[in-house]
Amino acid sequence: MIGLANIDYFEPWWMQIAKALVIFGVIFGVLPILTVYERKLLGRFQHRYGPNRVGPFGLMQPLAEIVKFALKEPFRPRTSMGFLFRLAPAISIMTAVGGLALIPWGNVQDIFGTRTGLYGIDVSVGPLYVFALGGISFYGIVLGGWASGSKYSFLGAMRAAAQLISYEVSQGLALVGVLISAQTLSLTGIVNAQRGMWYFIPQIVGFLIFMVASFAETNRAPFDLVEADGELGGGYFTEYGGTGFVAYLFAEYVNMLVVSGMAATLFLGGWLLPFGIHPPGWVDPFVVLAKMMIFMTLFIWIRATLPRLRYDQLMSFGWKILLPLATVNLLVTAIVVVH
Amino acid sequence: MAYNPGSDVIEVVRHPAKGAAASTFRVFGETLRGMKTTLARVVEGPVTIQYPEEKTPVYPRFRGRHKLHRFEDSGLEKCVGCSLCAAACPSDCIRVVAAENTPDNRVSAGERYAAVYEINLSRCIFCGYCEVACPFDAITMGHDYEMSDYTRSDLIFTKEMLLAEPLERTPLRAEGE
Repeated sequence: MIGLANIDYFEPWWMQIAKALVIFGVIFGVLPILTVYERKLLGRFQHRYGPNRVGPFGLMQPLAEIVKFALKEPFRPRTSMGFLFRLAPAISIMTAVGGLALIPWGNVQDIFGTRTGLYGIDVSVGPLYVFALGGISFYGIVLGGWASGSKYSFLGAMRAAAQLISYEVSQGLALVGVLISAQTLSLTGIVNAQRGMWYFIPQIVGFLIFMVASFAETNRAPFDLVEADGELGGGYFTEYGGTGFVAYLFAEYVNMLVVSGMAATLFLGGWLLPFGIHPPGWVDPFVVLAKMMIFMTLFIWIRATLPRLRYDQLMSFGWKILLPLATVNLLVTAIVVVH
Repeated sequence: MAYNPGSDVIEVVRHPAKGAAASTFRVFGETLRGMKTTLARVVEGPVTIQYPEEKTPVYPRFRGRHKLHRFEDSGLEKCVGCSLCAAACPSDCIRVVAAENTPDNRVSAGERYAAVYEINLSRCIFCGYCEVACPFDAITMGHDYEMSDYTRSDLIFTKEMLLAEPLERTPLRAEGE
């Protein structure tokens, strides 16, 4: 029987569970710090401090906010569809967390005498898995907007459907250049193929297209038309309060982390360090985390800089510029690799 | 017949239409320029004043909460209960009840003194007319602006409160600052 994908499970079952728990725990420990980091950095970009009242340097802010959100009354509009209304944020957060399993944090290491890969899973269809999860995550947004039974939510959901689908095309095509160069779809394989040179340099066009499309995929400024707090009052999560809202917010941040991790893996050489530095194996996850933080900072920096695009600008930019550019990039890469 | 505005119309000058590639390049450059601008704000650092901990210094002529004064040598009150401040007050928030000084109960330097002197700070607009109207400089505007309280009655300041040495809670702006 031919499987859909080749997954090398060479660890014992308890190590796989331990890995999953550790990755989940670390990410959900980083997430709240990330929200504070974003708000503090945004503040700095605007000549102010950002949250600094709760706890030392305002680090306890997310704790206070989670308590506040958890104590909110769970209400929903009379026109909403109860089951779907509650299901949609769950879909969003599950697909977002599912993407975390793919990020390779390091090579295969020897932990307690067990050969362990420092990643959730290493499938032979790595980026496709991420895109598949991204495809499902649209359901979270579109269902949430539609099941809310509100005009604003519905408009946000419509925008999400159009925007996410049109930018996923460019994002995927931008990746193909890397995949052709590495000649593999396994993410650890792609990182190992970057030992000579990070794909950031030969695939600079693909990198830029990927980053722009990623901003659109994660609904971040300047492509946050889906949320558009000024026009739609929050877009697809207008009607959500309390835990549903937190779920969407967390899903957005996890998506940002996954995209940052993918960009670091595909273009910045994953756990590799430049200039032939070879640190011991336990450093690798921190290298990946540092590279992800670079991208997170870029996300925040862009958010502080660029205003939101108009809808027709978004569409023409996506289809008329990004997609042809990505196609040309793919063609040129293919020709160069074949020759 | 079509309307001919003549040659006096404003001509809108537009840059030549550019292709997609040139526009993309320009947008990219402008984005980098914008990012430089925002990063410069980070380098400059925050300008926020962390209010309860640090306060904006006030100017010497800042009109804050009122003070009543005594003569420094004799300790007698300067206020003689003439009610000119109350007459000058546009928001009618000063109440003065005068009483006669007697040889064994001498409160002020003049013939009479203010037995009751109340300022309702919830009505006061801090215009400083009372200070101008006072012939003896008995009432002046201080620098204190932190006067929040929980009930309205707590905002009626009596003579004792106005005479008391105020807590200097507000920094004064230094010369040339």
